[in-house]
Amino acid sequence: MRACLICLAAPLLLTSACASAPSLSADAPSAPAPSSRAGAARFVIVEATEPREQTLDQQVQQVLNRMAFGPRPGEVAAVRAMGVDRWIATQLAPDRIDDSIATRVVATYGMLGRPTSEFVSMYTEVQRARRQVKQAAPDSGGRASARAALAQASPRLAMDARQSQRILGDVQSARLARAVVGDRQLLEVMTDFWENHFTVYAGKGVTRLFIPSYDRDVIRPYALGHFRELLGAVAKSPAMLFYLDQFQSAADSMHPTLASSARGQQAPTAAQRRRLASLTPQQRAQLQQRLRQTQQQQARRGLNENFARELLELHTLGVDGGYTQQDVIEVARSLTGWTMNPRGDAAFVFRPALHDAGEKRVLGVTIPAGRGIEDGEQVLDLLARHPATARFIAQKLAVRLVSDAPPKALVDRATATYLATDGDIREVVRTIVTSPEFFSRAAYRAKVKSPFELVASALRAVGADADTTVRSAQLVAYLGAPIFGHQAPNGYPETGEAWMNSGAILNRINFGLGLAAGRIPGASLSHWPQAATLERASREQQVDGVVQAFLGGQASPDTRQILMSGENPLAATLQARVGADSSARSAAMTPPRDMSMTDDAMTGAQRPRQAASQRVPRSGAAGAAVARSMGRQVQLSGLAQIVGLAIGAPEFQRR
Amino acid sequence: MDRRVFMKSGAMSLVTMGLSPSFLRRTAFAGELVRGAATHGAARGKTLICLFQRGAADALNMVVPHGEKAYYTLRPNIAIPRPASTSGAAGAIDLDGFFGLHPSLAPMKPLWDQGLLAPVHAVGSPSTTRSHFDAQDYMETGTPDVKSTRDGWLNRYLALQGTCEAGCAHPSSAPFRAISMTQQTPRMLEGPSPTIAMNSLDEFSVRATGPAADRLEALYRTGTADVVHAAGGEMFEAVKILRAANPQQYQPRKGAQYPASQFGTRLRQIAQLIKSDVGVEVAFADVGGWDTHVNQGSSTGQLALRLDDFARGVAALVADLGDRMADVTIMTMSEFGRTVRQNGSGGTDHGHASALFVIGGDVHGHKVHGRWPGLEPEQLYEGRDLALTTDFRSVFSEVAAKHLGASRLDSLFPGFAAKDHWLGVL
Repeated sequence: MRACLICLAAPLLLTSACASAPSLSADAPSAPAPSSRAGAARFVIVEATEPREQTLDQQVQQVLNRMAFGPRPGEVAAVRAMGVDRWIATQLAPDRIDDSIATRVVATYGMLGRPTSEFVSMYTEVQRARRQVKQAAPDSGGRASARAALAQASPRLAMDARQSQRILGDVQSARLARAVVGDRQLLEVMTDFWENHFTVYAGKGVTRLFIPSYDRDVIRPYALGHFRELLGAVAKSPAMLFYLDQFQSAADSMHPTLASSARGQQAPTAAQRRRLASLTPQQRAQLQQRLRQTQQQQARRGLNENFARELLELHTLGVDGGYTQQDVIEVARSLTGWTMNPRGDAAFVFRPALHDAGEKRVLGVTIPAGRGIEDGEQVLDLLARHPATARFIAQKLAVRLVSDAPPKALVDRATATYLATDGDIREVVRTIVTSPEFFSRAAYRAKVKSPFELVASALRAVGADADTTVRSAQLVAYLGAPIFGHQAPNGYPETGEAWMNSGAILNRINFGLGLAAGRIPGASLSHWPQAATLERASREQQVDGVVQAFLGGQASPDTRQILMSGENPLAATLQARVGADSSARSAAMTPPRDMSMTDDAMTGAQRPRQAASQRVPRSGAAGAAVARSMGRQVQLSGLAQIVGLAIGAPEFQRR
Repeated sequence: MDRRVFMKSGAMSLVTMGLSPSFLRRTAFAGELVRGAATHGAARGKTLICLFQRGAADALNMVVPHGEKAYYTLRPNIAIPRPASTSGAAGAIDLDGFFGLHPSLAPMKPLWDQGLLAPVHAVGSPSTTRSHFDAQDYMETGTPDVKSTRDGWLNRYLALQGTCEAGCAHPSSAPFRAISMTQQTPRMLEGPSPTIAMNSLDEFSVRATGPAADRLEALYRTGTADVVHAAGGEMFEAVKILRAANPQQYQPRKGAQYPASQFGTRLRQIAQLIKSDVGVEVAFADVGGWDTHVNQGSSTGQLALRLDDFARGVAALVADLGDRMADVTIMTMSEFGRTVRQNGSGGTDHGHASALFVIGGDVHGHKVHGRWPGLEPEQLYEGRDLALTTDFRSVFSEVAAKHLGASRLDSLFPGFAAKDHWLGVL
């Protein structure tokens, strides 16, 4: 834990003297509100110029499953009434859509609206107090006793500690809640897309402290904006600067820096002097030793190519984008000095002392010597306008929205739109979702849902309320894709095959059974308006209702038959084949510990994150409790059973 | 016959047949899992169990260089006393007159005596990073200082030595080929080859009773043959295989006493799966709590407690597997070591080289492997850490090649001339 603090603070401490003092007020979220940007959006209804292969019913399903996270009760009728083309136009201009429901829901997640500076100071205070408590009480080995000791030492810090555990959980929950109850669905889909494209891992060091702002100020405002603006916001975000080590990249000793003042020779600030004075001689010696070590590491550290490489390979040109290792180095050199404020708000700063002021050559373009932050801006301009980037982004969007292998002609047109509009994401998306390829038979149900899409679509189908606990978000982790929990910088796959293996299917089936059994807060079948009527209807009517609401009105005859009755011939055959061990199943299974759901969620929210050293929080923790309660045996009958089967069915795994 | 000699000749005959042991195991496995058909050790195939000590375990207090004077100078309060110490605190358990085990590792001493235990010292990643995250990442991807690697080295092994390498008909005939007793798939097993990650065996079943479960299966047995149906079909097979193996009725072998910790439970379930003959080739578990910056203790204290859990778990696993240890190798690892000098808080900070254990029937045990770099000031890495003399990839690649029969080491550990660096641990 202590190491984490050092690795964030120490290198920065040394470079901070030349920065202007951070102030709290400067930290208030200042990014343009989505509405002001979206206000510029054109409201354009693109009518089909050629006949679409999909039936009207299929078109309605298609837009609701690709440009939204599946239909909520009543939405199919609403889209049909509005007209598919008009609905598309509206989603592409999200500020025309009332979003008050989502706004209200999101306000319930307490950590979300807060500035990063609060999280940073909370974190550093708690870490300091923890060290002191531990030093004072040598034998407090366990986390529980450490927590108790902290609570005794300072109730306020103990509360801070609890709150800081909630940061990630609140972001994850809000992301899912917006997808489930929000009406700006395309904006939500695009936020999901870009947060995955520009992925950051919450479990790396202090990255999680920066994630609320990453979602709120960096991705969301630009999700349907111009790619260059989005790219710039990402490159300057504390989350990305920290996650891909850009904040510690400095000119190597071979190249001159812009400012001649050597790092580490600066006089300590007044605050630093005060702190030094308050230390015991032993503490001071330790601190000095640590600083010396850090200085040595700094001196050796020099250029860090990590961000530059991923910027080219994953964020812009793509792995086949025609760049060389030398380009990676030259981009990294151009970006030296792009770092973050060591304290306060951790905001982006450009430090001339770290910047490599020599001449560089990126993708054949000369970046002149002697400049500063302009070098990085010029590189981002170059990359954002590059034809390889246009194709890479167009291809990836088509994969998300159309199919795993989208037709080349469509990708060509989307690429052309990108280049013609200077990377206007909204127009690229418009080209794709109004294309005949989008409405082709081949594209219908062609995509396998990601875990996030599966959970969101199931919750939407039953008309769920937003879950105010972290539990639903933990289910996304349980299905293999914790939000902000992908370690590697490539993000989760956009293609379907990766999500389909035996363990994943099993968890999806058990998720469906758990949902049908009412184990997810805010999502029992009683939320589903049709349930009340269907409960008393015939099995056939129930199956029709479930197929309509969950499977888009389309299920294979086999599926329908299986849902209808347990006595279909195939099931009987299977029954015989499985034989004796099937009947012995329940006896063979030891029911796992029964945990009440509310308790799970509570302990989950309050359980302290494990030490940063244990690479756990791919979830925001508490995954085990979720898995246990999802693992409880389910006895389903009647309508609930049909719903459980439908969510577990192959058809529901697709969109 | 000496077990090791038997294993050697067994492996040799496989090489002369031009077949990898894993292929043979799967062939036996494909035969409807008839118990008894695969009783021959070599034919049953090999299993590798990787155990990750996350948080950078303090190698110098785990495998204690009690013959090193500087060790005691630099760690006045936290060093483990020499074996013959009369100071009152338990001393190190001597191994070879120079190295000893932490007293909490006593349960592993019998493994040393039987020649099953091979500690490797001063081993680790050549990367200079002191970040837990980065160092774990490098160790699991097998590519130090390369962050862009997408898959884990163990998954690359699985993908390259795929079940169809030798022309088998059912690529997924062994759904439990790679298992991780963790909530999420660890980085080491991420990649194209299918793996199963689970908290507990109890979770691996469809949680519906009676007709609902059968109907769910029927849903996946009908309709189009696509990736979704295929995965579902495999899953129902896997559940059935597990049910036939009946892990709920499992009783560990007499003498195998797992600690009541999560780590102990997970090791027990790995043993269950291996002994159920469900085709486990690779298993993974991890255990945290090693980041001992403050008050780590000496013969007793924080680290001693972690090591106690660790050692009792490993010893129980070995005892439980019994004769099967002829086919099993256990390899432990931790992302880096800790500073040689104790810090001002009675702990140690992030260091460089570490130590690991290789345990198994075909291991050259009863020997501490790796060149010892010494702890004098000029011998330390950056004046503070145990210097690195063995790249972790040397050990990983040797285990992968000699135990699992991996042949594509250049793909497992790109850019590393693996064979040139083998220590002869196996």
